[in-house]
Amino acid sequence: MRYGIDELLPSRIDLVHGPGCPACVTELETIDQPIQLASRPDVTLVSYGDTLRVPWSHSDLFRVKAGGGDVRAVYTPVEALKVARTHAERHVVFFAIGFETTAPATAMAVWQARREGLKNFSMLVSHVLVPPAIRLLLSSPATRVQGFIAPGHVCTVMGYSEYEALSRESRVPIVVGGFEPLDLLEAISLLVAQLEAGRAEVENQYVRSVCYAGNLPAQRIMAGVFEVCDRKWRGVGPIPESGLRLRPDFAAHDADQVFELS
Amino acid sequence: MCLAVPGRILEVEEGDGSRIARVQFGGITRPAYLDFVPEAAVGDYVMVHVGFTISRVNAEEAARTYELLKEMGLLESERRGPASSQDPRGGAA
Repeated sequence: MRYGIDELLPSRIDLVHGPGCPACVTELETIDQPIQLASRPDVTLVSYGDTLRVPWSHSDLFRVKAGGGDVRAVYTPVEALKVARTHAERHVVFFAIGFETTAPATAMAVWQARREGLKNFSMLVSHVLVPPAIRLLLSSPATRVQGFIAPGHVCTVMGYSEYEALSRESRVPIVVGGFEPLDLLEAISLLVAQLEAGRAEVENQYVRSVCYAGNLPAQRIMAGVFEVCDRKWRGVGPIPESGLRLRPDFAAHDADQVFELS
Repeated sequence: MCLAVPGRILEVEEGDGSRIARVQFGGITRPAYLDFVPEAAVGDYVMVHVGFTISRVNAEEAARTYELLKEMGLLESERRGPASSQDPRGGAA
């Protein structure tokens, strides 16, 4: 939208955004958890700057900060560990949302916390996965989506083998695309070419960053730290096996368990 | 949130048990952990997301993208002809 590509395309090509950004697909009752924690006098709530700005059901994290809560923005989750190390008297909670792109960084931080035995650090994890959301869209009889641009940075981490089954089962073309205007145009062109030829395959437009297998070190740490779980998506309801949560051996760093939230 | 940004590695140092790169993004530099792309070296272009490199930009593929852009630029000036400087939409982004 930023480059006006939707206006430049022929009217017969309709671009639809989805499945949603990590913030807006997260259930309100989940989101109220970091706000509650941030309001506690003994807790320092840490997250990315853009997460802190998102308005939730009755507040946002910056407003909690303005009201006296200890809320801090970081560039990377590893910085939250530094806050915990230098403030042993406070419990530092990192609020981790995001798709697969962001999950490896979360995994590294909690892995380090466990390795160090950091007692005053935990994570509130609400990661979500893209392929189950696409599967749900494709399974709806009302869907009019004829092709997908798979997210290029999610696929940089995860590769694109997961999209092959989706493409095959639903007979829709899927192109892994980058984010520059040229990437978008090329991905759309590849999708249109497939549709016109009656093909339904997975192609990779974003070859300069994405390979078939994805980033294996990132996937390894994700598998060591997280397990797949069901997740409720705002506006959609529960999607099975569409989220990530901390494995039981990271319970000491799982804010859900440390603060008995659910 | 899902955007990763490309940058160029200026230097690499050890710290916290990890290799950390100083990466240049246009006019600013930020640190990026190299745990997920251990082969990345000074001079490489990498995609960085929340302080971690997630891929090394394939130089040949990046060059292909630039060639496509140049090709589009040539086609545009052929289409517009000698009055191209008066196009109100301006040049390619």
